[in-house]
Amino acid sequence: MAGRTYAYYPGCALHGTAREYDVSARLVCQTLNVKLQEIKDWSCCGASSAASLSPLLGIALPAHNLKLAAAMELPITTPCAMCSYRLKTAAHELKDEATARQVSEVLGSAVGPEVTVEPLLQVLSEDLSFPIRKPLTGLKVACYYGCLLVRPKSVLQFDDEENPQTMDRLITALGAEAIDWGLKTECCGAGLPLARPDLVHRLAYRIISLAQRLGADCIATACPMCQSNLDIHQKEIEAEHGEKLGLPIFYFTQLLGLALGFTPRELYLHKHLTNPLPLLRAKGLG
Amino acid sequence: MARIGVFVCHCGSNIAGTVNIAQVMAAAQTMPLVTFVADNKYSCSEIGQTAIREAILKQKLERVVIAACSPQMHEATFRKTVAQAGLNPYLLEIANIREHCSWVHSNDKAAATKKAIELVKMAVAKVARHEALFTKEIGLTKKALVIGGGISGIQAALDMANAGYPVILVEREPTIGGRMAQLDKTFPTLDCSSCILTPKMVEVAQHPNITLLTYAEVKSVRGFVGNFEVEILQRARKVDASKCTSCGICWQKCPEKIPAEFNLGLGPRAAIYTPFPQAVPNIPSIDLAHCRYIKYQEFVARGEEGKKPPQCRICERLCPPQAIDWEQSDQVLVEKVGAIVVATGYQTFDHTRYGEFGAGRYPDVITGIQLERLLSASGPTEGEVVRPSDGTHPKTVVFVSCVGSRDERMGRAYCSNVCCMYMAKQAILLKEHDPEVQSYIFYIDIRAGGKGYEEFIRRAQEEARAIYLRGRISHIYQDGKKLIVRGEDSLLGRPVEIAADLVVLATGIEPSAGAKELAQSLNISYDAHGFMVEAHPKLRPVESRTEGIFLAGTAIAPNDIPGCVAQGSAAAVKALAVLSRPSLVSDPMVAIVDPLRCTGCFACQRACAFNAIDSQVTRDGKTIAVVNESLCKGCGLCVSACRGVAMNLKGFSQQQLLAEVNALWR
Repeated sequence: MAGRTYAYYPGCALHGTAREYDVSARLVCQTLNVKLQEIKDWSCCGASSAASLSPLLGIALPAHNLKLAAAMELPITTPCAMCSYRLKTAAHELKDEATARQVSEVLGSAVGPEVTVEPLLQVLSEDLSFPIRKPLTGLKVACYYGCLLVRPKSVLQFDDEENPQTMDRLITALGAEAIDWGLKTECCGAGLPLARPDLVHRLAYRIISLAQRLGADCIATACPMCQSNLDIHQKEIEAEHGEKLGLPIFYFTQLLGLALGFTPRELYLHKHLTNPLPLLRAKGLG
Repeated sequence: MARIGVFVCHCGSNIAGTVNIAQVMAAAQTMPLVTFVADNKYSCSEIGQTAIREAILKQKLERVVIAACSPQMHEATFRKTVAQAGLNPYLLEIANIREHCSWVHSNDKAAATKKAIELVKMAVAKVARHEALFTKEIGLTKKALVIGGGISGIQAALDMANAGYPVILVEREPTIGGRMAQLDKTFPTLDCSSCILTPKMVEVAQHPNITLLTYAEVKSVRGFVGNFEVEILQRARKVDASKCTSCGICWQKCPEKIPAEFNLGLGPRAAIYTPFPQAVPNIPSIDLAHCRYIKYQEFVARGEEGKKPPQCRICERLCPPQAIDWEQSDQVLVEKVGAIVVATGYQTFDHTRYGEFGAGRYPDVITGIQLERLLSASGPTEGEVVRPSDGTHPKTVVFVSCVGSRDERMGRAYCSNVCCMYMAKQAILLKEHDPEVQSYIFYIDIRAGGKGYEEFIRRAQEEARAIYLRGRISHIYQDGKKLIVRGEDSLLGRPVEIAADLVVLATGIEPSAGAKELAQSLNISYDAHGFMVEAHPKLRPVESRTEGIFLAGTAIAPNDIPGCVAQGSAAAVKALAVLSRPSLVSDPMVAIVDPLRCTGCFACQRACAFNAIDSQVTRDGKTIAVVNESLCKGCGLCVSACRGVAMNLKGFSQQQLLAEVNALWR
């Protein structure tokens, strides 16, 4: 990990709504001497939309980025769970020769499956001996992986589908306590906030309220969709259920950044809708 | 010159529907040495056999070819037929024009007819070179071995012992009783499992014809039907059975406590223990892996520095008859037996492979057999059903069927046969224990094919008010004291979610650990899952393909208690049919050495899988190979290994096979 250089694929969300993920990821990588070279002229990975319209497009879009990284002769890392899922799926599908031929035709040059893709969570958990300046002692964290970071296992080849541990180990290494809970890879409904807000509220409520009942102070995520979806609906959900939630939703890179000594402002924590600062102050971390 | 008769069988339309019988008969008329040709609608019928016998006598036939079904099917039948007409039974050859011809070429009648003619031609050429062969009588040991002391093995052992034959029953655990001893009640009658099992266990222990070896394992088996030689490892209990009075002081006072296997970890046992109060024999064993004194001895033997662990030896000091014997060591016993019944039983699927059910992380997600122990009056809670996590009484119980069965994702396509019934039983028992319990049973299909079984399911639904939901479970997770069970109701077509106090996984049945290795040493076949394979799935369901070795119970496939008992008895009858014979008849189709050609290189000995090649010194001082006819299976490996053409196989000689090949192109 340390000293290694990666072709950095931020993905669209990190250049927009999830800017704080991008900022915090770059900060911690810099501190940990993980070199990120952003892929020049990267394109959208297609996310969930492209593949649902055309399977070929769903492969070709990420394959384009695989090709760019191949030219850099670097492994890819991306903080976004959706991006890593699409990139890895493409690399997996390209093992099939017929698919590889078809995609090469579309892209105008040969493309193979040889580029490795590692989610940033995987990269940063390879060595857990962090130079910690402010241990997160007393903070109880529910690590939430979402649907796409570890599923399907045959493609992602990363962690257990039902009870993943990577983020839990990382959070524990920061001095915080990772609670054991059963909804780590539950769907939060992030694909449907506009079409079916009722459904999204139900799913998000299930996740947030269980974490809270089991004693978590906050939730850590590794996906811009999960983060925003759990973060922005809390007021409405509270109104629907007449229940106080107010559970801060962090990117794991932000918690890592706090432990490495960055300030909340440097980590863009003020960007979250569910204000995490009162919690951090209460725990002596603000 | 031999007079050969050819009989062509129609086998109803099985052969005649594809092969032109008249053309085959006409062709046979022209074959060398054939003096008589006839056909028959069903050669194997009494009418057909009589016709063959009469033709042999009338036409003075000296050799016979029967073109019919596979020799595996009816060679034995027709050998008897020709013998009744005074011919040597080995002067017969079967041309297989059914399995090898009509059945596989039904789409091309002309080619099938041509092939049938060629098969007959080959058989005629071969039978012309047949010699009369004669069987020999060999002695046998009139004693049986039963491997496995569960209900199937117990039943087999008792039936054979009651028929007057000595039986050795070998059980790996310290007690017999098997899985049935762990059950509380049995479906569909709800009689108490130990109440009906214990008398049988005691009968085994007291039976004058049964030698019971518990805490023992079969290590190797050699020999053949009637004359097996078995090596049995008797593990040391470190308790002198002749002195022990089963008073129980030792296990009550032993300070070392470990989770009891018999209770599936739901309660403790001591390092010296009997698995359960009614154990047979009721002699405790010392668990060497956990005994403090053994650990002390090992520490001293390693010569390590530091503080020595305590010597303990409390059991030894407190034992009134001084039965603890630290010197006792493992022993290998060698026994001769004539027949073997394999009843090695089952274990349950390891549910921790299911991540979505918590992979063993949630204490209140238990298995069906764990619930049996909780229901049982002799179980760890004396029959009180409580949650392992906090000891409270569960009110909402969810059953999940097909955990490790009917799930190709887990490599288990098969149905475990008993789970639907035991879930219904457990739902009924839970209601009896506590009327406030509400059971939910998630199922794929309800399999209740046995006698009184469907009615029993009704009883679970109507009397015990169990709610049956058709669908699978997607996820179980802990929410405080509740387990949230999420699944699908596929009849209503919508997701369901139940907040349960206890979840019971109906874990599937798989063969016991070590079953495959045992099957290998017995030289019997097993399937991809490790279940033993029957000689015929319908007509020979308790025989292995190795003569003299019989099968019973869940070693063959998942089965319930009545099925296992029936198979135990069936296997006993089959074994008795071997043991009750005055002598066994050897197969004369064995290898033979030409002493003039043998150079004594013993390539044959190395090729032989049955240790059937011995050496002998001839009068001129030459060492040559000789075949032990009672061990030889007639496989022919030695014939192909022999470089000097000194080996031959009676009934399948090189000359006969060459004649067949020559006949094909002539």
